Amino acid sequence: MSATLAPAPAGARGAGPAPSRRQLRRTTGRLVPLVPAVVLLALFMLGPVIWSFYGSFTNAALTGPNAANPEWVGPQNYADLLGDPNFPKALWLTVLFVVASAVVGQNVLGLALAMLMRSALRPVRAVVSTLVVTAWVLPEIVAAFAAYAFFHADGSLNALLAGVGVQGPDWLFESPMLAVILANVWRGTAFSMMVYSAAVSEVPPELDEAARVDGANGMQRLVWVTIPTIRRSISTNLMLTTLQTLSVFTLIYVMTGGGPGTDSSTLPILAYQEAFKFAQVGYGTAIATVMLVIGGAFSVVYIRSLRPEVD
Amino acid sequence: MAQTVPVTPAAAGAPAAGLPVHDAGTPEPPSRRPRASLAAPGSRATRLASNLVLVVVGLCFVVPLGWIVLASLDARATLVVDVPDEVTFANFAAIATPEQTWLPLWNAFLLSGGTGLVAVVASVLAAYPLSRYRMRFNKPFLYAVLFGTCLPITAMMVPVYSLFVRLNLLDSLPGTIFFMAATSLPMAIWMTKNFMDSVPVSLEEAAWTDGASAMTALRAIVLPLMRPGLAVVFIFVFIGAWGNFFVPFVLLLSPEKQPAAVSIFAFFGQYGSVAYGQLAAFSLLYSLPAIALYVLVTRLAGSSFALAGAVKG
Repeated sequence: MSATLAPAPAGARGAGPAPSRRQLRRTTGRLVPLVPAVVLLALFMLGPVIWSFYGSFTNAALTGPNAANPEWVGPQNYADLLGDPNFPKALWLTVLFVVASAVVGQNVLGLALAMLMRSALRPVRAVVSTLVVTAWVLPEIVAAFAAYAFFHADGSLNALLAGVGVQGPDWLFESPMLAVILANVWRGTAFSMMVYSAAVSEVPPELDEAARVDGANGMQRLVWVTIPTIRRSISTNLMLTTLQTLSVFTLIYVMTGGGPGTDSSTLPILAYQEAFKFAQVGYGTAIATVMLVIGGAFSVVYIRSLRPEVD
Repeated sequence: MAQTVPVTPAAAGAPAAGLPVHDAGTPEPPSRRPRASLAAPGSRATRLASNLVLVVVGLCFVVPLGWIVLASLDARATLVVDVPDEVTFANFAAIATPEQTWLPLWNAFLLSGGTGLVAVVASVLAAYPLSRYRMRFNKPFLYAVLFGTCLPITAMMVPVYSLFVRLNLLDSLPGTIFFMAATSLPMAIWMTKNFMDSVPVSLEEAAWTDGASAMTALRAIVLPLMRPGLAVVFIFVFIGAWGNFFVPFVLLLSPEKQPAAVSIFAFFGQYGSVAYGQLAAFSLLYSLPAIALYVLVTRLAGSSFALAGAVKG
């Protein structure tokens, strides 16, 4: 918020009523342009969130009488959640997916690429960063097809392994989580790489130089100089990649469909399948509500860390 | 932000990050200096190693990407990345029918363009008071917007579906456009406000003195000055909507309304196990606009690094 203006463009002239009422009217006038945005956000962002909490207490179905007139069933859906072995499994798979592909995979690879780019030849740097960014710019469903073709039993990975005499497994069936985690690292690392490239370029070179003079090797300089200096970028990036990865649907849905069985059904996939495959919209909504609460909790932490930007 | 381009609210955070003009004053890119010192004797092995590692990483990244390009040109494409025996455009010719390709691409264009327009108009209007007046209302609103940026939209799709059933908006293109615009609004408002903050107020003050209303000043003075910023916001919303699969997949049911992302998935389900070449060709056609717009936006915004880089917080 940079500018503060004393005179309002309209309505400030003339004697008018008491200052407080005039001020009120002026403020109201100034808020009018916000109306379209507020209406859209209230209807399509706040609305579904409230609807999600309400709907999770009903037995809404996809078709039949319960689709038109769902009944209030109280916390039945949540009780069912606790009794459903697929729910804790999906929760665990979601945590595994987020930690392995975002927190570890994308962040470590992104930081490593950002550091390596600094000492790389210009053409190598240009080509590799273009490839990494392309995987990120592609529409998600195309990236999912590419990853599907790569990890398929008859795909590129097994063809490469066969080239060195190794008989590769059917990745999508035997280790679906490994496949989708690696696919998400492939797809999402560009974001972390760009964040860290920018952060690393702002580290004062004197710091690095001083550590070098003191005899620190590359690893020590990374751990004791670079990482502490860019720690704010790291925490911001961790939060953002976590939130993005929490809601990955298309990649997993195309590659494995959540299967085999429910072996790669993270929470978004489980909510979708319960609601649209098994027609239990109320139950799916309960899963969605759990996800919203988790996402909301992460968002609050993230916003607190960004507070100086708003204030 | 589920499938939108994962640009952060802080992407346009530092006002300088948005417009390349601001970088002109920097004496020297700071990244140059450490590289010079790494060239010191003794680090030759380090440099060789980092180049080698990067080449290996690049190879890992290129294989899945290369499959799309090579398979689309191969009459007998399989799932394995392979240079075609003879280059053919038969796959492109086979899918170049209105119902297979052109209509879904047109639908995707309508959906993304509509989403981008609604989002830009709403966020310009909203950003003006947020940027120009200091009101008690600003801070809670901006916090709410920031919170909205983070909410997992994927998690909302089941309740959104039942809400759309209630509102009788299911299978409606305008309904889907307004929903997608609303979900991209938090990011769009945030970026637009930051771009607007970097337009000096003094010019408007002159206009106000001459009796122009706030909206006149916005239209005649502020908007022309932030045209590149508006283009950046529009393109980001457009790319996000263009690549979004899940939202239209849930909300648009009739095939003649579905955008390319959904129809390509239907194609994959029907012929995916036989017509790999056509699937790759369709994927390539569908990806090109997103890639071209991304290149354009990096030009407009200085560089991709500048855009994502402002996350430094």
